Amino acid sequence: MLSKRIIACLDVRDGKLAKSVRFVDTKDIGDPVEKAREYYLDGLDELVLYDITASSDKRDIMLDVVEAVAQEVYIPFSVGGGIRSVADASKLLWAGAEKINLNSAAVERPALIAECAHAIGTQNVVLSMDIKKTREGREFPSGYEVVINGGRTPTGNDALDWALQGEQFGAGELVVNSIDADGTRQGYEIKLTRMIAEAVSIPVIASGGAGKPEHLLEVLTEGKADAALIASMVHYNEYTVSGLKQWLHDKGVKVRMRW
Amino acid sequence: MAESIIIVDYEAGNLRSVQRACHEVGMTATISANPDDLVKADRVIFPGVGSAASAVDTLRERGLDEALKTFYRSGRPLLGICLGAQIVLEFTEEDKRNCLGLVAGVCVRFDFADRTLKVPHIGWNEVEIVQPHPLLANTRSGDEFYFVHSYYVVPTHQENVYGVTEYGVRFCSMMGQDNLFATQFHLEKSGRLGINILGEFRCWKP
Repeated sequence: MLSKRIIACLDVRDGKLAKSVRFVDTKDIGDPVEKAREYYLDGLDELVLYDITASSDKRDIMLDVVEAVAQEVYIPFSVGGGIRSVADASKLLWAGAEKINLNSAAVERPALIAECAHAIGTQNVVLSMDIKKTREGREFPSGYEVVINGGRTPTGNDALDWALQGEQFGAGELVVNSIDADGTRQGYEIKLTRMIAEAVSIPVIASGGAGKPEHLLEVLTEGKADAALIASMVHYNEYTVSGLKQWLHDKGVKVRMRW
Repeated sequence: MAESIIIVDYEAGNLRSVQRACHEVGMTATISANPDDLVKADRVIFPGVGSAASAVDTLRERGLDEALKTFYRSGRPLLGICLGAQIVLEFTEEDKRNCLGLVAGVCVRFDFADRTLKVPHIGWNEVEIVQPHPLLANTRSGDEFYFVHSYYVVPTHQENVYGVTEYGVRFCSMMGQDNLFATQFHLEKSGRLGINILGEFRCWKP
């Protein structure tokens, strides 16, 4: 039986680990390579490196980080942030990433998903969606809207509609990131996650809001997510990856317990 | 003299991650697309992700298909990973391609009526060992490995099945025949347990 995955997300800015709270007010908290290694040895199932570097001239630092992480961890990891072309994606794959995460650029030009899927395989293309709750109505039947640029820009796209389109275009997995829940540590957006997980036939990774082990349990069962993304819970050593997995295992969730 | 270990380059996926995992167990492997290197190698690793059609076509264009057959017949150790495991069979349903035919069998797609079983099969899943193999000296039945695939191998002969995994169906996740061993999962992305298999491959004398 397939295990539920615990995925840690490292936000990287100028080569350093940062934790964002609702995508603003970020601060540096350490070395991403060291953290990646630590989580890997503690049983992490997968890693996401998200480049939040503001200036484009510093983007190449990320390639060095990816290269260094690839030499330290032997689990899948994806890289996101600022990928605008197949060339960007290929560079990251060559540096050692397993998959790439598309976000804003895919909203602006959905064909990018198809181009990447064609070039590097659909299973290596993850569509990351930043989503905000909105008024349910004719414009947004799901009651959720896709936003970009770290949550600052509304797109007018309905979240569920975009998830289905993303799958059609060739995304192999979806990250459902709730901007409302991100950084609050009050729990994942269960309704949103479940709605999308039930509608698509590709794996869904829940993101935003994890603060307690109960939140992971909730999103992996009730929320129907295939994987749960965590960040601050482990970044400040409040919880460990192995501790969280043991807790979930004891609650009857199938997770990988030997590594 | 150090052994020559070749990772076959046919533009199918992240070969450097395989190379790095080799390095972790003290194996210096060279990525090569040259059929001559392959035929002369002491050990060959045949990885791969992506579409079978373009993989098979690229192998043929580069003359690597014949080189792989020649290498296999020489009796030297050959390790297939993921798409590499599929292409050593006779035929794949994916784009209806004839493959290398080193092992009798075909490759078929996951086809589920149950919509909760997603395709591709992505993630960590258990491998049950159904018969012992030298490369599995450090592997326990029930160990989990990382899978990413929509098609799976169906060897004609049960004796070629070394491990099985449950995902809607019980499918063959480890396959072997003489000097060939192949895993459907990505042993280079499966943590220490995957790297252990590479470590055994390093000194395997079939």
